[in-house]
Amino acid sequence: MIADPAAVPVRPIDRRFPPVAELATVSLALVVVGGVLMASYVPRRPPLGVPGAIAAVSAALVLTSVFLLSRLHRFAWDRFFLAFRWGLLAYVISAGMIAFAFIRDHTRGAPLALVLGMLVIFALDVPLIIAFTVARYATPPD
Amino acid sequence: MTDVGRLPAGTLDAATGPPRPQIQVVPLRGLPIVAAVVAFVIASIAGNWLWALTFCHVVGGALWTAIDLFVGLIVGPILGRLSIPARAEFSARFMPKMVLLMPTLVLMTLAAGFQLALKEGNLAPTSPNHAWLIVSYCIVGVMAVIALGVLEPANIAVLVEMRKPAPDGEVIARLMRRFLVTAGITGVMQVATLIIMTRVATQ
Repeated sequence: MIADPAAVPVRPIDRRFPPVAELATVSLALVVVGGVLMASYVPRRPPLGVPGAIAAVSAALVLTSVFLLSRLHRFAWDRFFLAFRWGLLAYVISAGMIAFAFIRDHTRGAPLALVLGMLVIFALDVPLIIAFTVARYATPPD
Repeated sequence: MTDVGRLPAGTLDAATGPPRPQIQVVPLRGLPIVAAVVAFVIASIAGNWLWALTFCHVVGGALWTAIDLFVGLIVGPILGRLSIPARAEFSARFMPKMVLLMPTLVLMTLAAGFQLALKEGNLAPTSPNHAWLIVSYCIVGVMAVIALGVLEPANIAVLVEMRKPAPDGEVIARLMRRFLVTAGITGVMQVATLIIMTRVATQ
């Protein structure tokens, strides 16, 4: 007798997922490029056009990544949120330190707003990648 | 290089040897030390203290570079030749420490280094070090993306997998392959950073 293939549970490693981590990693890379561009002008006021465009694309990628993630069925959400919570705490502290350094160095107005926006994306990207990588190899609850 | 990427599926479960140690993904006992280091870096930046900024940047950077190169070039290849239970036991004790140590060293080095460069005038466009520092930003940027987007998620996912009653060797092997792929890139980047930083310090 042949077992129904649909009834055999797929191992997490054999399951195919949308490119959630890949998109978030590209988003992270863009934020880093934007951050390097901004930092290369310190202590002068940086032009905001290119870093702003980079930040917008980066934000769009992380939102796409979250959208793809939200459409997943049978996913280890408990594992995902456990890892995401702790990752978020760690990277909010990291981002907060970077923000503190910029504020301490008298970055103000639009450049500061752009830096803070990039730091928000950074603080979301890393926990998202970590949590997705952890949860994709976990067996989802029945 | 290491052949940890060739760990077959289910081998950890089937492996005989000493009982697997209890794995703590984030060693809680290390958190107060991390908090103390972060507080010291914040105080150094807030106070703009030259000695403290130099200390944080030099000590953090030296440890970061040395540990990265030592693990990639010395420990990794040795680990690849150990038996699977020995590899699993070593990783179970070693990797949780790296989860706390490396991000702390990176944060300490970069935050203090940026403030130090600003204080010393090295970021001014007229400074002979300005171009070198921009190149170092780019190098650190590449390393940051590799570390945060590729290696750290893999490190934590391996630890979570190893906590399971029957860890899947194939999952661990797939994740560990990332360390092999990126070891060469980060090694070259670290050597480039050493060249740039010694150049900046002597101009």
